Amino acid sequence: MSSEPGKAYFGRRYTLSASHRLHTEALSAEQNRATYGKCNNPHGHGHNYVVEVLVGGAVDAETGMVMNMVVLDETVQKWVIERFDHTNLNLDPLFVNQVPTTENLCRVVFDLLKDALPSVQLEHVRVEETENNFFEYKGK
Amino acid sequence: MVFLTRRATFSASHYYWNGSWTAEKNEQVFGRCANRNGHGHNYSLEVTVAGEPDPVTGFVVDLKWLKDVMEREVLAAWDHRHLNLEVPEFAAPEFGESQLIPTTENLAIAAWKRLEPAVTAAGGARLSCVRIYETPEIFAEYRGGL
Repeated sequence: MSSEPGKAYFGRRYTLSASHRLHTEALSAEQNRATYGKCNNPHGHGHNYVVEVLVGGAVDAETGMVMNMVVLDETVQKWVIERFDHTNLNLDPLFVNQVPTTENLCRVVFDLLKDALPSVQLEHVRVEETENNFFEYKGK
Repeated sequence: MVFLTRRATFSASHYYWNGSWTAEKNEQVFGRCANRNGHGHNYSLEVTVAGEPDPVTGFVVDLKWLKDVMEREVLAAWDHRHLNLEVPEFAAPEFGESQLIPTTENLAIAAWKRLEPAVTAAGGARLSCVRIYETPEIFAEYRGGL
């Protein structure tokens, strides 16, 4: 864990509820069941996801902030929550060609946010699928 | 290298105000946090140290020692205090206008500055990260380097 001079990090957690089914056409029905277990059940299932967004940058001398939280909230709301909350992830165009595992959801959320947050660096996106599993992506 | 983290909680009040701005601008930028009567939080302080486990004890650091350092260096000064009015990093000498705004970012940096000398002086592990939660949904982190 190293850091560049003067850099601090600001993190915020959001929740969204969505359904998904882990299934790929690249595998047979039997292989899908073997790989994904009950996550492959045909009608899908849902989670209350927690999306944690960490941004980094210099602390502004006038505001004492890395980034205004209101702006972060609006950005995450617009690009992530409105898109995925109370939806079936499998039906989103971003998951047409990839399985909506939480690893892939993490990457998708990171990519949606990284261009929408120009004044700070997006450090990581962490998605908690349940209290006991979480996934983290820090970009390429 | 092993990273070891200890958490402690403290409660404090604060407000956000930049004395060189108009009231209107403060209210526009800081919203409800600019209310001059202040408001409070239950903060969590997470301190991560990094080092190799001692071959005899298996410890990176003694967690009781780390708890004592956190209490002495940070909680003793911040817990149940008004950050703007009575905590040196954020209060003017006459306990008047706040100098440094006690945002969560600035709290993380200030906690690092309080903890780093004690951790370094003890030898062995180094301070790796300070994370402060203002609410369960909001946190700031500092990893040194100022």
